[in-house]
Amino acid sequence: MSITDIQVTDELVHGDDHHEEHHEQSFIFKYIFSTDHKTIAKQFLITGIFWAILGGGLSVIFRLQLGFPDMDMGFLQPFMGDWISNSGKLDPEFYLAMITMHGTIMVFFVLTAGLSGTFSNYLIPLQLGARDMASGFMNLLSYWFFFLSSLIMFISMFLSTGPASGGWTIYPPLSALPQAMSGSGMGMTLWLVSMVFFIASTLLGGINYITTVINLRTEGMTFRRMPLTIWAFFITAVLGLLSFPVLVACVLLLVFDRSFGTSFYLSEIFIGGEALPNLGGSPILFQHLFWFFGHPEVYIVILPALGITSEVISTNSRKPIFGYTAMIGSILAIAFLSFIVWAHHMFITGMNPFLGSIFMFLTLIIAIPSAVKAFNYITTLWKGNLVFTPAMLFSIGLVSFFISGGLTGLFLGNAAIDINLHDTYFVVAHFHLVMGSAAFFGLLAGVYHWFPKMFGRMMDEKLGYIHFWLTFVGVYLVFFPLHYIGIAGFPRRYYSFTNFDAFSSFVDLNSFVTVAAIITFGAQFIFLFNFFYNIFKGKKAPLNPWNSNTLEWTTPRIPEHGNWPGEIPKVYRWPYDYSKPGAKDDFIPQTVPYHQTKESNTDFENEESKKEQSAT
Amino acid sequence: MENTAVIFANRNFKLKSVNAKKFALWLFIVSICMLFAGLTSAYIVKKSDGRWLQFDMPDMFLYSTVVLVLSSVAMHWTYLKAKDNSLKAVKIGITATAAIAIAFFYMQYLSWVKLVSQDVFLVGNPSGSFVYIFSGLHLAHLIGGLVFLLVVFLDTMNYKVHSKSMLAIEMCTTYWHFLGGLWIYLYLFLVMNN
Ligand code: HEM
Ligand SMILES: [Cu+2]
Repeated sequence: MSITDIQVTDELVHGDDHHEEHHEQSFIFKYIFSTDHKTIAKQFLITGIFWAILGGGLSVIFRLQLGFPDMDMGFLQPFMGDWISNSGKLDPEFYLAMITMHGTIMVFFVLTAGLSGTFSNYLIPLQLGARDMASGFMNLLSYWFFFLSSLIMFISMFLSTGPASGGWTIYPPLSALPQAMSGSGMGMTLWLVSMVFFIASTLLGGINYITTVINLRTEGMTFRRMPLTIWAFFITAVLGLLSFPVLVACVLLLVFDRSFGTSFYLSEIFIGGEALPNLGGSPILFQHLFWFFGHPEVYIVILPALGITSEVISTNSRKPIFGYTAMIGSILAIAFLSFIVWAHHMFITGMNPFLGSIFMFLTLIIAIPSAVKAFNYITTLWKGNLVFTPAMLFSIGLVSFFISGGLTGLFLGNAAIDINLHDTYFVVAHFHLVMGSAAFFGLLAGVYHWFPKMFGRMMDEKLGYIHFWLTFVGVYLVFFPLHYIGIAGFPRRYYSFTNFDAFSSFVDLNSFVTVAAIITFGAQFIFLFNFFYNIFKGKKAPLNPWNSNTLEWTTPRIPEHGNWPGEIPKVYRWPYDYSKPGAKDDFIPQTVPYHQTKESNTDFENEESKKEQSAT
Repeated sequence: MENTAVIFANRNFKLKSVNAKKFALWLFIVSICMLFAGLTSAYIVKKSDGRWLQFDMPDMFLYSTVVLVLSSVAMHWTYLKAKDNSLKAVKIGITATAAIAIAFFYMQYLSWVKLVSQDVFLVGNPSGSFVYIFSGLHLAHLIGGLVFLLVVFLDTMNYKVHSKSMLAIEMCTTYWHFLGGLWIYLYLFLVMNN
């Protein structure tokens, strides 16, 4: 066969300038089914904000139940219908449904999709100097799978039998047997369906992030010149790629147990005096699979927040990040270790104590890279020219939570102590500080810092300060007392404690926590106003409002699809040249070549500058 | 998850560098590996727990394994023919690969029938359920592979597969060999652990 009749169409290979053929798109393709990473990032952000309000609202309601068990909740009947009895009492099963939804929403929809989805999408191409993600189409799918997943989870909350109610960790047999509780029926089914789409979304997103970081860095953007934000998003995506499939395995077997009658997780169960046919399964198997995913997942939540913090703290301390290499090293170490510590969630499952001590040892090792990060943040701040923007305050707040929540991790990591503390409010306090609040602060820091780039306008600083202080103090007032309540033995996920005399002395403390929670939640509306109002009415943002070095600030005020109107900028240096001795300004953007900064170059950089010039 | 395979096959998939697409396929493969690593670890954990039903693996699984290897051979032959620009042979090769794969489907089904006749059911002791899950989930991924083959076949009809445009068929071959290797792993795992 001759080759002549074969047309060589090299359509897969696109040049750099391919995005410049800009044509007007219809509203639908520009704002809804957009493949522009910036639009997709905003879609993730707005959806995440929606979920955060809902998830936070749920927590206020169940805190009311915990803090004021005798309260008449009749006023909630218009929203919650039959879940509030006519005497104004919250339905106990719905209490469980609410904590389950709160956990699911916060962990997955807000702090995984809302955080990674927003900032990985937004910053990876902008900070690496790429026109867009490796595949805009996959990115589009990633968002719409997330949307579908959200929709299904949302609908499940309106079922007459209630949404899933077995906790965000959905342990069987509770979650596997529809007759176990009303939420384990249709609600649990929808939870599982929703999670299938969620996982598909995360994997599509993650594959895209990794591919983009590996393949689409601009000239000069070596791995050693990548901002720590990108390093964090990159490793987060790797963690997701390796751990979410295990969740698929875990959930798949659960689906078979639920819908086809297999016995992977079920054995010798009696319900209402009647024996179920299932034999030979083990619920502990579920825990192994779940936590093999679950522990990396908590780092999937916190690493992006730490990445954002690195960037914000360095910029606003006007100092290079302390220990850039150590930061990368600790991200990698955390990522690796996070796969071999899962059984610290299972110390009381009757595991072999010898095995328990191995997992205890591995768990405590994680404290080292975590401490390296905390230490590096503090040393970056040390003697810096601190500029207290709201983003900076939230980043410092994150460091504070990460430390105080991480310390309690050391207690829990000791099997002997954990046997007492497991499933008490002490654990709740631990992870709300170290993961919940820290990652939430990372998210807020990111929004305050990149809002000018996202919307071309500034947020109001004063409102930002008020928001920060109310939230920062509020978080401690809410979660610090929970440590005491936990040490006293309060189990988590209980509807009420009024039947136990031992706990009666904690009634006031519980009411106090609830009041603090309401105030903290209320403070978020200041943020919401600040955010939505200034999208339209904010003062126009300068091109580089924080005098920052990274590439996103070299784009126009409102970048089009393709990000840079002309050529993609080249990168000549790392992103942390702040307050370099000898330099005229206290920052040198990554796009400035060494041969233009003779006055501040080191010897090594002078060598580099010669190479630059001979190259041109 | 199945969808990603389809997306890669989609021609509208815009990537700047060819490598990025292949790279993404490898990442997808990594995620499938983790899925099965999770499942096979679950098998080991469950087995060490006791209450484990012992039974013989049907011989049909061995025959089907051989057949799947044959389909990989056919796929590779097709790939080499594409390099030679023999488009007719490519079409034959793809058809043959797909036909052998369908035979494999049928043989897996026969193995299940055999298992049932041995009183090993999907619903029952996990040791049996796992066999159905592993082989079934592998078949699900193979369906993705067949869709991919179909796409490459259509591309070939449109003269889009030839020595200067090997990406699609290369990726398809990679995925196909991976699925073969995956099944061999699962088969050996089941035989050695049962
Ligand atoms: C110094 C490092 C840390 C150690 C030693 C540690 C240890 C532990 C231990 C042993 C538990 C199990 C407690 C129990 O259920 O009895 C636990 C729970 C938890 N940890 Fe940590 N942790 C650390 C850091 C973190 C970080 C950085 C995050 C998240 C970003 C995190 C998130 C969680 C979550 C979400 C739970 C509770 C899961 C649940 O049962 O719902 N931890 N931690
Ligand atoms: Cu953990």
